[in-house]
Amino acid sequence: MTYQRQTDHGTPASSLEKRVSLTIDGQTISVPEGTSVMRAASQMGTSIPKLCASDMMESWGSCRLCLVEIDGRKGTPASCTTPVTDGMVVKTQTPRLQKLRKGVMELYISDHPLDCLTCAANGDCELQDQAGAVGLRDVRYGYEGDNHTVQAKDTSNPYFDFDPSKCIVCSRCVRACDEVQGTLALTIEDRGFGSKVSAGLKSDNFLNSECVSCGACVQACPTATLTEKSVVEIGTPDRSVITTCAYCGVGCTFRAEMRGEQLVRMVPWKDGKANRGHSCVKGRFAWGYANHADRITQPMIRDSIDQPWRVVSWEEALSFTADRLTTIRDQYGKQALGGITSSRCTNEETYLVQKLVRAGFGTNNVDTCARVCHSPTGYGLGQTFGTSAGTQDFDSVEDTDVMLVIGANPTDAHPVFGSRMKKRLRAGASLIVIDPRRTDLVKSPHIEADHHLALRPGTNVAILTALAHVIVTEGLADEAFIRTRCDWDEYQDWAAFVSDPKKSPEATEMLTGVSADTVRKAARLYATGGNAAIYYGLGVTEHSQGSSTVMAIANLAMATGNLGRPGVGVNPLRGQNNVQGACDMGSFPHELPGYRHLSNDDVRKSFEADWGVALDPEPGLRIPNMLDAAVDGTFKALYIQGEDILQSDPDTKHVSAGLAAMECVIVHDLFLNETANYAHVFLPGSTFLEKNGTFTNAERRIQLVRKVMTPANGHEDWQVTQMLANAIGCAWDYTHPSQIMDEIARLTPTFAGVSFDRLDAEGSLQWPVNDKTPHGTPVMHVDGFVRGKGRFMVTDYIPTDEKTGPRFPLLLTTGRILSQYNVGAQTRRTANSIWHDEDLLEMHPQDAENRGLKSGDWVKLASRSGETSLRLLVTDRVAPGVVYTTFHHPQTQANVITTDFSDWATNCPEYKVTAVQVSASNGPTDWQENYEALTQASRRICAQEPAE
Amino acid sequence: MSMNDKLAMMANQIARNLQARGDETAIAETADHIAKFWDPRMRKDIAAYLEGGGDRLSPIAAKAVRRLIDRSA
Repeated sequence: MTYQRQTDHGTPASSLEKRVSLTIDGQTISVPEGTSVMRAASQMGTSIPKLCASDMMESWGSCRLCLVEIDGRKGTPASCTTPVTDGMVVKTQTPRLQKLRKGVMELYISDHPLDCLTCAANGDCELQDQAGAVGLRDVRYGYEGDNHTVQAKDTSNPYFDFDPSKCIVCSRCVRACDEVQGTLALTIEDRGFGSKVSAGLKSDNFLNSECVSCGACVQACPTATLTEKSVVEIGTPDRSVITTCAYCGVGCTFRAEMRGEQLVRMVPWKDGKANRGHSCVKGRFAWGYANHADRITQPMIRDSIDQPWRVVSWEEALSFTADRLTTIRDQYGKQALGGITSSRCTNEETYLVQKLVRAGFGTNNVDTCARVCHSPTGYGLGQTFGTSAGTQDFDSVEDTDVMLVIGANPTDAHPVFGSRMKKRLRAGASLIVIDPRRTDLVKSPHIEADHHLALRPGTNVAILTALAHVIVTEGLADEAFIRTRCDWDEYQDWAAFVSDPKKSPEATEMLTGVSADTVRKAARLYATGGNAAIYYGLGVTEHSQGSSTVMAIANLAMATGNLGRPGVGVNPLRGQNNVQGACDMGSFPHELPGYRHLSNDDVRKSFEADWGVALDPEPGLRIPNMLDAAVDGTFKALYIQGEDILQSDPDTKHVSAGLAAMECVIVHDLFLNETANYAHVFLPGSTFLEKNGTFTNAERRIQLVRKVMTPANGHEDWQVTQMLANAIGCAWDYTHPSQIMDEIARLTPTFAGVSFDRLDAEGSLQWPVNDKTPHGTPVMHVDGFVRGKGRFMVTDYIPTDEKTGPRFPLLLTTGRILSQYNVGAQTRRTANSIWHDEDLLEMHPQDAENRGLKSGDWVKLASRSGETSLRLLVTDRVAPGVVYTTFHHPQTQANVITTDFSDWATNCPEYKVTAVQVSASNGPTDWQENYEALTQASRRICAQEPAE
Repeated sequence: MSMNDKLAMMANQIARNLQARGDETAIAETADHIAKFWDPRMRKDIAAYLEGGGDRLSPIAAKAVRRLIDRSA
């Protein structure tokens, strides 16, 4: 599509239903009550000149350019701050208005550099456009005297520049930071002629201030004051393509703004239903990894992992791989083979990998990285509601009165939705946070949780049961909902269980570390505060009782009737971009696409008929089981698409032992990741910018990913999987991923109505999409649960086997930070590392003092699994007895510390609870140094012989 | 940890988490869970472990594995 700036109606849409009619420039129009005159005019195609107005923010009324005349009213009111009324007659263009606007614009331009031809925003500048729109031809005041046209630029931010000499002080950037992002970092310092946009204090620049580089200010700026560095370097874009972000599970849609095949910038798409025009530092700016020098674009093979890599043709790589796979299958049997699908790849690619394993390898040894994050969500919500998915869309938060956030840190891990949550909280919703750490949602500018339940790691089930105890014993349960929608007998069993005095907040206070009074108040607020919604993350799932915790959450929502309508529900915040989709696509070893167990003969036969092969009805190995079996000698070959299990999975030493025991490890990725240290085949992957397909976000929203540039390796990932499948004897002939989605739709009832054409026409669809819900399902379980009656599940608190003691007296919990993503393979290869270039260990001041440690010290972090060294950050964000770190950097390898304990139902690792000790250190451990040496040796690539 | 120890630990963990529903239900649901989610080689190994004594299996887990053996007989 040829480049056009996104439409901006000047003020937000009104949510009122009543409509009013008015006349604008002789044309009658009907709009919702509460609409501004500016927006009404814009919707009928008349652009009233404006500078300070944007429909992303509330009206401001400062620029005085949008003046109009209204019959019967004195003066020339600003159209942005004037709501429409029935029968209003408006004129947007008269000689008087023209003269006024020209005068206003003349003043603006008298203090603006006249360097349009060399300005980065030339041709894409609202100030320039408006000067033309009002017919400004000269500036009578001259350019002498005091002005702001020569001021130093702030180039500190790696992604955008701030040039105050071009600023018109419209405050759009400040308001975007306040209203859209909710960080409130920016301000206008001084007054009158001295007014100036500031990143905070006078001493702050955009890098060291509280700015989180979400880009909302840059997007809002009507001049070249805030401009992407990429635009300064490359120039303005000449076309744009709508596509979907490949970072977290929010699933923001962006306009990839291009010049030829060069990406100029990613700009959040205002019509995107997941992000509503907002972005975070990762999606907006951190795409440079796509062209990073570390990118491997040619296939490589080696006979053994102690050899250097050899660059080969695709034909040789595929032939080598096929030979190894078939040899292993012949020698050890098909159950010695397996594959891992990726939550970073598209639905179509994920579907093909599981199809390759099931139909090509002849086994169900397929799993996905959701194993280590949200597999308990699949189990828990499947047991209670009947399907593995969040119940709401993101818009639902607008109707929420009480948010209960447990084990999630949305402002870091799901920042765009975190901003929407904060907006709703600023508007008056209440907040309960259950988290061992004081996350930003607990307290940050204009946000403060009503209750922070800073529980001891590993006691989620106990605290949720205590909340349930209060709800049931104080008569706060919604009996009418339960009787109508849930199994009453099971409710009674559960109610009796949670009513036991041993489950009360008072009885569990010592265990959880949360005062009984706080628990009681939180329970009452959740049950009686209006629409209550639960949002949760990996702090729920990555425990030995992850599945129990998910079920306990579902129990709470059912007990209080908080399901089946906007504003309520149970909402898992998915970690990676396509975790939901990877799970939907049959990546788990026990089920086919659509969450249907392999033992279901009818389902299995439908796939057998379509694929033309017999399928094994028995479940396959999960990732940890594959590694166990490899060490045990019965699992020999693994195809891994887009996942780095050596860095992301727990107990690194066990993972490396498993990988080292295999005879054929195939890594299909963008970079030689940590897992590739143990690989025999490297198949180069393609980025999300280089492929077509779909991602499904945390709200079940299926969205198109559109190719904007040619794959650097020559192939999209689905094509690579197809080539591998055909090399081992399959006869696949897909020519476009839309054909793969057509196959998914004909075999998966919840996707029956999905196709690329429909996604293209409707923008997105939320599954289920079928004859009953042809336009998708924003809110699930409206009239009944997928399984029929909602099922209350008794969830007894079972303490983890991971115990603190004299040797390991502290509890380690792990998490993420805003600027880095997962194992950091992408974000570490961008300028985001300026904010986080190493993993730090957070420790409470009391624990640090006891050990004689201070911020910046090297410390050794040791558990029964292993030890690593990293630097310390002393902070009261964590409670005494708890330490915290991220896992973004391979130099740290935080998972050397985590153990092989896992969720009882799904084997999801217990990342969030590890008993550790922390002591002074003088630098990296022997293990880290040895690992670095191994990595260097493993990444050797033979020099290519020159062509004849 | 040996494979048998790990499998026994996993089976015990399932049984402990289901025990609050009553022993008989826990035995049935533990057996169903293992049948539904464990790869055949893992089921074979845990069955062999029980047949060999299975001393690290909890009573409920042991009865669940016994039920699986009986089912496949």
